Amino acid sequence: MGGYFSDIFYGSKSLLIGMGITFREFFKPTVTVQYPYQTLKMSARFRGHIELIADKEGKPKCVVCGMCERACPSGCITLGSISIEIEVDGKIKKKKVLSKYDLDFTKCSLCGQCVENCNFGALEFSKEYNLASTRKEDFHFNLLKRLEERNT
Amino acid sequence: MSLTLLNVIVAVVIAIAFAAVNAAYLVWAERRGAARIQRRPGPNINGPFGLLQPPLDGIKLMTKQLMIPGGADKILFMVAPVLAMAPAIMSFVTIPFSEGIAAHNMELGVLVIFAFASMGAMAILFAGWGSRNKYSVMASVRAVSQNVSYEIPMLITAITVVMTTGSMDLKEISMAQSGGFWHWNIFPSLQSPLMPISFIIFFICSLAETNRAPFDLGEAESELVAGFHTEYGSMGFGLFFMGEYANIVIGASLTTILFLGGWDCPFGMFPGVWWFLLKIYLLIATFIWIRWTFPRTTIYGLLNLSWKILIPISLFNLLLTAGLLKVF
Ligand code: SF4
Ligand code: SF4
Repeated sequence: MGGYFSDIFYGSKSLLIGMGITFREFFKPTVTVQYPYQTLKMSARFRGHIELIADKEGKPKCVVCGMCERACPSGCITLGSISIEIEVDGKIKKKKVLSKYDLDFTKCSLCGQCVENCNFGALEFSKEYNLASTRKEDFHFNLLKRLEERNT
Repeated sequence: MSLTLLNVIVAVVIAIAFAAVNAAYLVWAERRGAARIQRRPGPNINGPFGLLQPPLDGIKLMTKQLMIPGGADKILFMVAPVLAMAPAIMSFVTIPFSEGIAAHNMELGVLVIFAFASMGAMAILFAGWGSRNKYSVMASVRAVSQNVSYEIPMLITAITVVMTTGSMDLKEISMAQSGGFWHWNIFPSLQSPLMPISFIIFFICSLAETNRAPFDLGEAESELVAGFHTEYGSMGFGLFFMGEYANIVIGASLTTILFLGGWDCPFGMFPGVWWFLLKIYLLIATFIWIRWTFPRTTIYGLLNLSWKILIPISLFNLLLTAGLLKVF
């Protein structure tokens, strides 16, 4: 019989404690980020799709060595290059420059091999996460164009 | 009061409007309240503070097609939502909001409300049976066993109050408590020293009667999809919803009248309908607060609570009150 009443007593007490907790939570500020209106800053180690890094003049740092293309286990990177002639110290030299950097993001596993393998520090992960589309062609990125767009 | 046809129509229209507005905005209050407890903002896009959300939800429900599942019992299926809504509306007619505001005062008001409230269980049973859906049947059986077992302690505590007041008239019951909060039934009196406990029992039972968490075994989403209204879409579901919220308002009103002095002011000043509304909305806020605090109980826990705790204590209280009434 004593157990019966103490059960009721301690049961009710724990219920009241629970209600106290929710009462206090009610008056605390909300923590929701109102997504389309507010966005969070992505953490430093967030991996979006890859992006070319520009040098001081806004040109890609990439020297078209092709390491990233070869390292990619999914074969999503396609490079293209053209040779141009530039004058260095009065002599005319030939130089390869990047003409095309296509990323097929539909196949990318975000493994990071391309970034790891680039010895020239020309690749990085973007912080882009708002990717949505009904067509897969929208995920074939022209990174060179994106770099130009970023420069302007 | 002469009961002309016009009177009846006006009363019913006002009752439906009151119930509908309450249902709509209690959903809003519930969602905002739940969100605050979970530290979210809740619906806040449509209109200031999301106040346009309920009408838009209503439009959405009304534009949906009413589907009747293939094997369903068509008549029961269609009758159930109406049967869930109609008694709740009818109960409003007998509730006195203040001395002058009552659609129709009846001498057996308490009895009428309990009679209508017990029809809610039938609506749930019809809905579950008519849907011909295993989840629905299971849920409705649960809900009915729950409603039946909670009606007993609820009625017993109501009888206790009726005995001390000596009337079944809701208006007279609240008049008997007028003149300051120390006259209210919730406080122990010489005849009935266990009144606060009665109040708690009554409150728990009205929570259980409305099938709300933590007693929402009739629509336990985690095990029974959506319980007895699994097969209902469109306004069929909307009617169940409105019925549920109307029942919450009825439960709060009844608690207010029986225990909290109705429209009486705690300090004996300006008694009126505002005190009544203030009290019922405070009670409803507590309903919402409780719902978002506690997890769902099991069916055993639920029935144990009723049969092993609430019924014995309320019976004891009834006997004690009866004895003390004789003495004093
Ligand atoms: S992250 Fe991996 S899969 Fe994606 S492009 Fe780079 S190497 Fe290829
Ligand atoms: S590894 Fe770096 S430098 Fe070489 S092609 Fe790729 S991005 Fe350009």
